[in-house]
Amino acid sequence: MATAGREAAARLTTDRDGSQLRLLFAGSWTTANLADREAELDGTLNRRALAGVERAVLSLDQVTHFDTAGAWATLRTARRLRDAGVEVAIEGAGADRQRLLEAVEQTEPAPSPPRGLRFPLSFLANLGKLTLTLGADARALTGFLGLTTLVFLRALLRPSRIRFTSLIHHMQKTGVDSLPIVGLLAFLIGVVLAYQGADQLARFGAQIYTVNLLGISVLREMGILITAIIVAGRSGSAFTAQIGTMKVNQEIDAMRTIGLDPVEVLVLPRALALVLVMPLLTFYANIMAILGGGLMVWVLLGIDPAAFVRQLHQSLNVEALLVGMIKAPVFAFVIGLVGCFEGLRTGGNAESVGTQTTRAVVEAIFLVIVLDAFFSVFFSVIGV
Amino acid sequence: MEQDPAIRIKGLLTQFGSNVIHKDLDLNVRRGEILGLVGGSGSGKSVLMNTIIGLRRPNAGSIEVLGQNVDQANSATLKWLSSRWGVLFQDGALFSSLTVRQNVEVPLKTHTELSEHACAELAEIKVGLAGLPPDAAHKYPSELSGGMRKRAGLARALALDPDILFLDEPTAGLDPIGAASFDSLVQELQRALGLTILMVTHDMDSLYTVCDRVAVLLDRRIKVGTIAELMEDSHPWIAEYFGGPRGRAAADARRRVTDGRKT
Ligand SMILES: Nc1ncnc2c1ncn2[C@@H]1O[C@H](COP(=O)(O)OP(=O)(O)O)[C@@H](O)[C@H]1O
Ligand SMILES: [Mg+2]
Repeated sequence: MATAGREAAARLTTDRDGSQLRLLFAGSWTTANLADREAELDGTLNRRALAGVERAVLSLDQVTHFDTAGAWATLRTARRLRDAGVEVAIEGAGADRQRLLEAVEQTEPAPSPPRGLRFPLSFLANLGKLTLTLGADARALTGFLGLTTLVFLRALLRPSRIRFTSLIHHMQKTGVDSLPIVGLLAFLIGVVLAYQGADQLARFGAQIYTVNLLGISVLREMGILITAIIVAGRSGSAFTAQIGTMKVNQEIDAMRTIGLDPVEVLVLPRALALVLVMPLLTFYANIMAILGGGLMVWVLLGIDPAAFVRQLHQSLNVEALLVGMIKAPVFAFVIGLVGCFEGLRTGGNAESVGTQTTRAVVEAIFLVIVLDAFFSVFFSVIGV
Repeated sequence: MEQDPAIRIKGLLTQFGSNVIHKDLDLNVRRGEILGLVGGSGSGKSVLMNTIIGLRRPNAGSIEVLGQNVDQANSATLKWLSSRWGVLFQDGALFSSLTVRQNVEVPLKTHTELSEHACAELAEIKVGLAGLPPDAAHKYPSELSGGMRKRAGLARALALDPDILFLDEPTAGLDPIGAASFDSLVQELQRALGLTILMVTHDMDSLYTVCDRVAVLLDRRIKVGTIAELMEDSHPWIAEYFGGPRGRAAADARRRVTDGRKT
């Protein structure tokens, strides 16, 4: 290898002559070789070896290769010796190495990083911080809700402000593209519901009511919840990652300086796309879940499709469908809002894009379920 | 005796689809020299650099770095090579989740068995050598200005005291004083450590003050020579480049400095 010389080991010999100590550096003192010599270097400098030494000479004559790591090792040795009260001289450094030694000596060590609190205090401090941020987050999200609503209303008054290309693009991404996964999961949920219902109701000889159970629970709750959770995980996270990456690239700042409103350009088309698409997705999920359940009761209980539809017809009214569907645009808006909001709050680096995406999904699903609980209470109060 | 060159490129062909960037390109970079690489925007300087350091495979031709063929290197050779070169990318390319010191420690921890403590101290030296204030060591890249990010990138490139340093537009976007101090830093490091440096730059002052030779990337090939030699060249782009107002101003400034030294 052309640079095989570099690979030669670093050698250190010590030579004691009365009160004078000679440290003879030889070979290649480079970053790659230093690891082997680190411990040895420290060993020669212990108290016993230094007893009675008044003068030390560090000789670099025999060194073949020397870089900043070598300079550092030399200087550190010199400093240790001086600290032990020994007079130190460095010999045999040519002009170049002397310059390097000086350059390295001039660099200052970094101040130690600020130290954090210890356990019991740090726990309290974190708890306090968390509580405060929770409050601040809630306030910021509410503020963002207001801002987005204003932009929404303004756009409704002047629809020409809506970016239709972007809107259609996001409807495609969040709606059409998610049909397979939403359909499959809804179908499977239908299967599970029917199976569990049939199992329990069969004990009372009321198998036929499995159909009622399936219809009501899918239309009122399961269809919309499954859809909302998939959309939050699939599209809400995508919003955060897209907007967050743009934030890291300073694209958002660039937009602002050009006079574009990021809420109008980025948030509006995404949130609006979700609001338009989610009711359709929910309706589709409802159908798929009932299909799955219908198949299951046919196989399990022998209720054929005609009987299934008849029973479904008797047990359901249009209200059950509306109760589910009315939640769809609300959940969609919340998911879109949280996704974009967390994206816009991304800090300056790649890691925070990841953190924010996780937060967006968790927050969106949390809010969807809390809102669902509110809806349930509300509907029971008005008696639907 | 002519020593083995640090980098030897023969008959390089680079293309993206039908877009040919380099064709029949030859270049030798001598050991211990600072070679400036210039060329119009989009002429393929960054692509050439990426090809030399093995991030892109050449479509044809061979590239040898320190006597090793980069294209056919096995993983052990590539690892050895990557400890022998340092790269400063055009926009720093620092790891954003690590502090400046941790960024510099990454190559040290990858290629050596130094103790935690030694890594930290060496990294701090590199941070200082690159001209950053000591307290920058614990900052994250997002907390630094563009010029400081360049310096942090240089500190990382220098972490292992490499043989070859690749710098992609190191002084672009720095203030003139910062750029001048960056230039003298590069020169000083070159002298002290015997580095070979390939530097993409459009900074006329850098070309005049630090570069031993200049390579011009033109019509998909490279013409290389000292500035004095290149100024004799009849190619209109080269004439415009060195004979234009900026080129002349830098040449004048250079002449004043050297004259001042003589008297
Ligand atoms: N990944 C890529 N795919 C296609 N074309 C590319 C790619 N990277 C660079 N190019 C093209 O190669 C040419 C040279 O680019 P580059 O080396 O970055 O220019 P510069 O000389 O300004 O550094 C440009 O025309 C660019 O369009
Ligand atoms: Mg470039």
